[in-house]
Amino acid sequence: MEISTLIQRVRQASSPAELLQAVQALAASQDAQALPVLIEVLGYNNPAVAGLALQSLIAWGEPAVLPLLANLDGYNYGARAYSVRALAALGDARALAVLVAAAETDFAPSVRRAALKGLGRLYAAGPESIGACLRQVVQDEDWSIRYAAVVSLEALARQPEAQAEATQLLTQLADHDPEPVLQARALLALQRAQQPSATCA
Amino acid sequence: MQDNAAPDPTLTREKALANLTGDDLGLRYYAAWWLGRMRVHDWEAVAALIAALADSQDRTELGGYPLRRNAARALGKLADTRAVPGLIQCLACEDFYVREAAAQSLAMLGDVACVPALRGLLAGGVAAAQRVPDKPHLRQPYEDVLEALGALKAVEAVTEVAPFLGHEVARVRLSAARAMYGLTGERQYAEQLVQALEDPDINLRRVALSDLGALGYLEAARPIARARTENSFKLFALKGLLDVQLSAASSVGQAMVPHPENPMPAVLALMDELL
Repeated sequence: MEISTLIQRVRQASSPAELLQAVQALAASQDAQALPVLIEVLGYNNPAVAGLALQSLIAWGEPAVLPLLANLDGYNYGARAYSVRALAALGDARALAVLVAAAETDFAPSVRRAALKGLGRLYAAGPESIGACLRQVVQDEDWSIRYAAVVSLEALARQPEAQAEATQLLTQLADHDPEPVLQARALLALQRAQQPSATCA
Repeated sequence: MQDNAAPDPTLTREKALANLTGDDLGLRYYAAWWLGRMRVHDWEAVAALIAALADSQDRTELGGYPLRRNAARALGKLADTRAVPGLIQCLACEDFYVREAAAQSLAMLGDVACVPALRGLLAGGVAAAQRVPDKPHLRQPYEDVLEALGALKAVEAVTEVAPFLGHEVARVRLSAARAMYGLTGERQYAEQLVQALEDPDINLRRVALSDLGALGYLEAARPIARARTENSFKLFALKGLLDVQLSAASSVGQAMVPHPENPMPAVLALMDELL
């Protein structure tokens, strides 16, 4: 089927089931023209469809990075959270500035969490900005933001040049965070960091 | 007023206490909420809120008592059981929303002295638990009463709670299941909540999520992570679940001892995926 027909089907779907089918077909097309439409679908306020589009964008890999950066939805934070999740999973250095800014200043916690999670794997691309960002957000008053920071700190604790500071921040959270779940997650990160052979969850 | 709303940073404890007994009904109403939100739990604040439970000046056009509602909600957050007698009296208030707030707060205060009064609200059983004509609610705040009885481990109320598992309103059925799990510890009741995670109604799925989290039902971790709701709801439900598990352990360190059978890392991994 022509890519234009596949796109038209997505845009003209009249029921959630029809939309899901149309997005499935578009995702399977392997045509780069599908990318902006898959990104557009993230803003349709349909979690099943957005989840599918997100998986598809991640599977596209590197070619999806620039379209994602160019089409970040400044108004719909739900859509923005999905885009940021895709960028976090793709781990491309070109997304560094966007992810750091989102982690520090986005008003939507879901966007901040998604961005923070992505920073751990990008460390080599921006050790200073990522280090400064994580130092700041481990003091955020929202536990879920601190939680996302811990997940990234675990990744940093595996990098020789970041290990000392990451371990120190994690130890602080494990000992003193007011939320038991944060203590537990930081403790788990420290346990895993001490076993170099273990794989990251 | 939402519990997570940002409190007025210019208000002080002294000003709020003065406002609570002042002439401006709007400021009184706000002060009651603010004292709870800011967890001002000294006796002067608690006593002033208890007095506000009997306020008769602040009335809605339909006869409701807004100040009593806010005072009742605030007292649940202040962990002072001296508020229990006043809240028990609120269970008899003609304003449904005062009764609802009182039932919630009594559950939070954890004093079983309120159990007979809570059971009283279930009088007549399911047959009497009908919608009030022209109102958006049932005769009593059954969901909160049932959940309170479960949270207070009022095992003597099991025979009154159980019939509500068959109530026509889905949310009441969920509250009954949550209460029955609290009272009996039997898995079948928690599994009813797990089944509700598949319900076509997203609001019901969200309620079931937070209920399972609040119960700390570990077997629900994976179904919660898979439920068709927003990631943030699932993340908060799993956090609630772990809070219960961690508070049952002697320490966080003890709960996190590396061991192949330790279920905690797998639940934390599910949370990681929801970020």
